[in-house]
Amino acid sequence: MQATNLTDQHIDSSAILSRAKGSGSSILRVITSNAKISVGLGTIAFFILVALAAPLLTRYDPNATIVRGAQAPSAAHIFGTTALGQDMFAQIIYGARVSLVIGFVAAAGSTALQIFFGLTSAYFGGIIDEVLSLIINVFLVLPGLPLAIVLAALASSADSANKNEFVIALVLLFTSWSYGARVLRAQTLSLKEREFVAAARATGETPLRIIFAEILPNEVALVASTFIGTFVYAVGAEVALEFLGLGDTSQASWGVILYWAQGNHALITGQWWEFVPAGLSVAVLCASLAFINFGIDELANPRLRVERPQRKRLLPGKKKAVAQ
Amino acid sequence: MRFLLRRTGFYLVALWASVTFNFIIPRLMPGNPALAYLAKIHSQNVTTAQYNAMLQEFGVNPNVSIFKQYFDYIGALLHGQLGISVSQFPSQVSTILAQSLPWTIGLVGVSLILSFLIGTLVGMLIAWRRGSWYDSSIPPILTFLSAVPYFWMALALIYVFAVNLNWFPTDSGYDVFNTTPGWTSDFITSVIGHSILPVMTLVIGSLAGWVLTMRNTMITTLSEDYVLMAQAKGLSERRVMFNYAARNAILPSITSFSISLGLVVSGSLLTEIVFNYPGIGFALYSGVQGVDYPLIEGTFLVIAIAVLSANFLSELVYTFLDPRVRQGRN
Repeated sequence: MQATNLTDQHIDSSAILSRAKGSGSSILRVITSNAKISVGLGTIAFFILVALAAPLLTRYDPNATIVRGAQAPSAAHIFGTTALGQDMFAQIIYGARVSLVIGFVAAAGSTALQIFFGLTSAYFGGIIDEVLSLIINVFLVLPGLPLAIVLAALASSADSANKNEFVIALVLLFTSWSYGARVLRAQTLSLKEREFVAAARATGETPLRIIFAEILPNEVALVASTFIGTFVYAVGAEVALEFLGLGDTSQASWGVILYWAQGNHALITGQWWEFVPAGLSVAVLCASLAFINFGIDELANPRLRVERPQRKRLLPGKKKAVAQ
Repeated sequence: MRFLLRRTGFYLVALWASVTFNFIIPRLMPGNPALAYLAKIHSQNVTTAQYNAMLQEFGVNPNVSIFKQYFDYIGALLHGQLGISVSQFPSQVSTILAQSLPWTIGLVGVSLILSFLIGTLVGMLIAWRRGSWYDSSIPPILTFLSAVPYFWMALALIYVFAVNLNWFPTDSGYDVFNTTPGWTSDFITSVIGHSILPVMTLVIGSLAGWVLTMRNTMITTLSEDYVLMAQAKGLSERRVMFNYAARNAILPSITSFSISLGLVVSGSLLTEIVFNYPGIGFALYSGVQGVDYPLIEGTFLVIAIAVLSANFLSELVYTFLDPRVRQGRN
């Protein structure tokens, strides 16, 4: 899984809001107060816009053969063409739809599972916590991608109609939820001792309402952070599974482009343009998602931010210590 | 001691869970392995007797109760029997895996150690010089590199170093034509030469995690009073950095070992596939391509056992390194 929220620290939404200086609505303040978050979100927005506007940006059908064979990038085909003579630019921007949707569906489903497991096990405690924690921890130590490959392979080999993107989304959902669940559980353990939870309990609110209406809103930043982490994993793993030929290889998506490029020995024959656009798209998308998470980390943990005066006091070691 | 027993118990449960997954998942899927196998060999004209024999062979005979199948399965596992490979008939799955395991362990082990050492050192240094140009440039670059899919990184390295520059071989684990496996210097040099690009792929991909974990905890540690105290005592800069700050900051890196291990194992599967490296990942891939259920299941089981044992080991190391864990339990 992607390295996000590495220090396992507790992320407190209210702390983030109070750190984020500026005007406007609270969400806008968070976005604009941290350069990493703004850059990350800007890039994501760019990808989403391009994917939505794909028909406006190219007149080619991504799956139609237009020219004969693989051609290097030119004015007519700015990313070149594939071995089947399809326009690579069209494949990339239509493929972005698949990668974004699958990543989003898998991450959203996984986040729902994370919330369910993390919050209920921490809130109820006792035997429920023991059982749910055991399930979380077992899934945490089981290797995710190998399990995903096995699941996708078995699903698609039993019935080739299963070789589609939603089987992949399901598989990714199933293999990605444990880390976030553990992080949310840790946070809920400390939140449930707060006074507002005790007050809610005293007024007779149902456990369900306390968990979802009282505790959950206080963990929004953490949920966002684990959602993004899962999104990164899902996009990367989806591309990997498709690269292995476990997705729908008839429909253009980033992983499928790489699958065909590899199958056609594009690298050995020097057709770099069949690899570079898809690989870079995945890398830029995942990196910008990771950036958002680093931004959230920085907002939540002020020590991680670079503050010049503090640095002077702390870092130059012996020399400064003597000078002072 | 109680702590160790508890953890041992947990890992036994995790092991049981992965064995059970392995048993249940193929049986949950629509269709069955015998059908899939028949589809693969395109021979629709098998007799009922042959078909039933095949069901028996795969351990999915519908006339046998699911519980008996389950216990038969576990019994066979305890005897080290993982079944017979379909795609490489009549090899035993365990034989295939025994041949590939050393390659993967070597690859993952070397990559993990290298990326831990380099990453922790870099993380420590950039935290020590926080705000310098390399502190602001290295983490974003590494983040970007770790966002590149492993197999794509492998392809890029092949393209640059093997195809264009011709410095390293493009595939396989050793020179199949000119050397024979054995403890000869030719073979060992060949193995090292073939492993450089795969190891590079894995190290580049997993470096960011170590660097950022170390940097972030190191920065937190640097603001502790005992670091200030050490500086005030006039200890050398290096001593403060290594013995006071880094020593205490390294613990979270060891906790995140399990996550990194999963990352590197997953990465190694894809890297092996791209390099045709004769390890577990390649075995899994040939299983996937050949619709070879016994091989796929066996591979997953071996990966799961390896990851579980490595995690268990890292917890033992953690117990050893952090006196609070040890003393709290005794």
